[in-house]
Amino acid sequence: MLDTLKKRFEKALGLLKNKGKLTEEDVSEAVREVRRALLEGDVSLKVAKELTQKIKERATQREVLDSITPAQQIQAIVYEELVNLMGGKTSKGIVFAPKPPTVCMMVGLQGAGKTTTCVKIAKKLKGGHKPLVVACDLKRPAAVEQLQILANTAGVGFFGPKAGEGDLKKLIRDAMEYAASRLHDVIILDTAGRLHIDDELMRELVEIKEIASPTEIMLVLDAMTGQEAIRVAEAFHGELALTGLILTKMDGDARGGALLSAKAVADVPVKYIGVGEKLDDIEVFDPEQMAQRILGMGDLKALAEKV
Amino acid sequence: MVLGTIKEKLAKVKNKLGIANLISKGTILSDSFWEELEELLIQGDVGIDYSEDLVREVKDRTKREKIQTQEEVKEILKEVLREKLGRVEGMGKDLLATENKSLVVLVGVNGTGKTTTAAKLARLAKGRGKRPILVAADTFRAAATEQLKTWGERLNIKVIAREPGSDPASVVFDAIKSADAGGGDFLVVDTAGRIHTKKNLMDELGKVIRVAYKETPGWEKNVLLVLDAVTGQNGLLQAKTFGEALDLTGVILTKYDNTAKGGILLAIAEQLNIPIYYVGLGEGSEDLVPFSVDEFINGLLE
Ligand SMILES: Nc1nc2c(ncn2[C@@H]2O[C@H](COP(=O)(O)OP(=O)(O)OP(=O)(O)O)[C@@H](O)[C@H]2O)c(=O)[nH]1
Ligand SMILES: Nc1nc2c(ncn2[C@@H]2O[C@H](COP(=O)(O)OP(=O)(O)OP(=O)(O)O)[C@@H](O)[C@H]2O)c(=O)[nH]1
Ligand SMILES: [Mg+2]
Ligand SMILES: [Mg+2]
Repeated sequence: MLDTLKKRFEKALGLLKNKGKLTEEDVSEAVREVRRALLEGDVSLKVAKELTQKIKERATQREVLDSITPAQQIQAIVYEELVNLMGGKTSKGIVFAPKPPTVCMMVGLQGAGKTTTCVKIAKKLKGGHKPLVVACDLKRPAAVEQLQILANTAGVGFFGPKAGEGDLKKLIRDAMEYAASRLHDVIILDTAGRLHIDDELMRELVEIKEIASPTEIMLVLDAMTGQEAIRVAEAFHGELALTGLILTKMDGDARGGALLSAKAVADVPVKYIGVGEKLDDIEVFDPEQMAQRILGMGDLKALAEKV
Repeated sequence: MVLGTIKEKLAKVKNKLGIANLISKGTILSDSFWEELEELLIQGDVGIDYSEDLVREVKDRTKREKIQTQEEVKEILKEVLREKLGRVEGMGKDLLATENKSLVVLVGVNGTGKTTTAAKLARLAKGRGKRPILVAADTFRAAATEQLKTWGERLNIKVIAREPGSDPASVVFDAIKSADAGGGDFLVVDTAGRIHTKKNLMDELGKVIRVAYKETPGWEKNVLLVLDAVTGQNGLLQAKTFGEALDLTGVILTKYDNTAKGGILLAIAEQLNIPIYYVGLGEGSEDLVPFSVDEFINGLLE
């Protein structure tokens, strides 16, 4: 994964490697390659521009140009800016409510991986908590059954509508009551997929939020998402005030630039990444690892700390 | 299909983009105009390389033909795109226009809309007097069979399925037998989503299709990649890898009711010479229309 983006960066920065001192034009050329790499990696145009602007400003400072190892310094700058954008060190799984229950709401486009991720997270928490997943997708055929089957497989609590029940608000109130009576301390709501431009369905999410008062509202984003990611994140964040991002399908060869786009507009922690279809295929997100992975340079972290 | 369906359906959606006026009427073809044009394409997921090439080509033609206005440039760009897409045989082809029995296998990465599209396609077929069978060959994903069965009930279309975990090839085999016995003539096979980089899953799919092909001599056959319109540059890798493993005959673009432009289709169509047949425009079973080159290009640039 991310291989090609890595190569691009290497190529871009390779331009600088054999040179001693750099001119501003040298830097511009390298930064242009960085921009291309970001775009090829599906980082939204606006974000790629902002990011490269920042990198360029820092890289053309005299100290960098005049230093003995300018290429390395620029590499470190690129790395740092990526890490900064992806959230520093603040993202470590879900945040629990001071007073239980902790309610998490999963939102996103159709097919992004919400239902699967709900159960993956529940399974992960099962050791120290008593999670309940709630089927709030009353729309897609067999969405409820899907969640129920997965919950059974994972051995976590499940709550869904009775056959034919169509009142979402009532369902959520019932779920909260059910959770309280069974001492579930974490409630994860699986919502129906929707387009960010569907005003009516976006309002439905706001209603769910009002009833359930979630501690976490997480946007589930497919790693294969292209330029639209920025508008998707903008819309969901604007409507709901997201608290976290989850990037799924990282087990493929998508470069995952959509994450940078989303982070740029919704500056909330990236909580998890999905790395497969199985219920254990989830990892806590590590921005430094991700940046190093994007750039493919293991020693960059140490380098950045020295600079 | 009624002409202009995509256009009507999308008028609302695409307007929200607000880039309709990006290429303003004017006579000056400045550097910033060309840059804006390139950026418009990049933002439509056309890809940086492809966008640069396109703009270069249009720029050359503009010079040669002594074009003055931005409006004219836009027309030239459309022409160039029409030529490129026009070179691919079968764009928007009607898969239902056959007297033969027909086998359509839908493949693609996870969550792109295969199951829903299977239902939509079967519905179209039924509307055209065919006797479709929905084939639940995704025996892997939780409730995938249930999902397809629900569609079958709603649309009153036969569904052939087995227990979860069964061999997908055996489900397809059942369906072909059913068709041979007179139970139907238009098989739509829903397969499990899989990431194209997973070799074992691709091999498994290849096997399913080989078995199906062997059992259906004389049938019309299609293997279609179901691609989500929101997909970025990875879409080309998907099409390439599925194409290498499976002999794709076409692509269906789903979720085009999104504001996403699906620009990666250009690279797919041109580089891989694969036609686009249908476009998904919503979650309902009626939301599938034939692909139209003109409407797609307009959507990309308006
Ligand atoms: N390879 C891979 N597949 C995944 C991952 N996460 C989810 N999937 C698959 O993606 C597909 C869609 O996942 P769902 O969980 O149903 O997605 P959803 O967002 O709930 O979909 P809707 O409810 O229809 O909007 C399924 O085939 C999942 O198995 C992942 O991290 N990697
Ligand atoms: N807006 C919109 N949503 C669609 C369209 N086609 C499918 N969907 C939705 O996308 C989600 C995924 O669709 P599925 O048909 O389950 O996708 P799939 O490819 O079968 O998924 P897996 O079997 O898990 O790989 C569902 O929520 C569908 O309702 C479309 O054209 N427009
Ligand atoms: Mg779901
Ligand atoms: Mg499916």
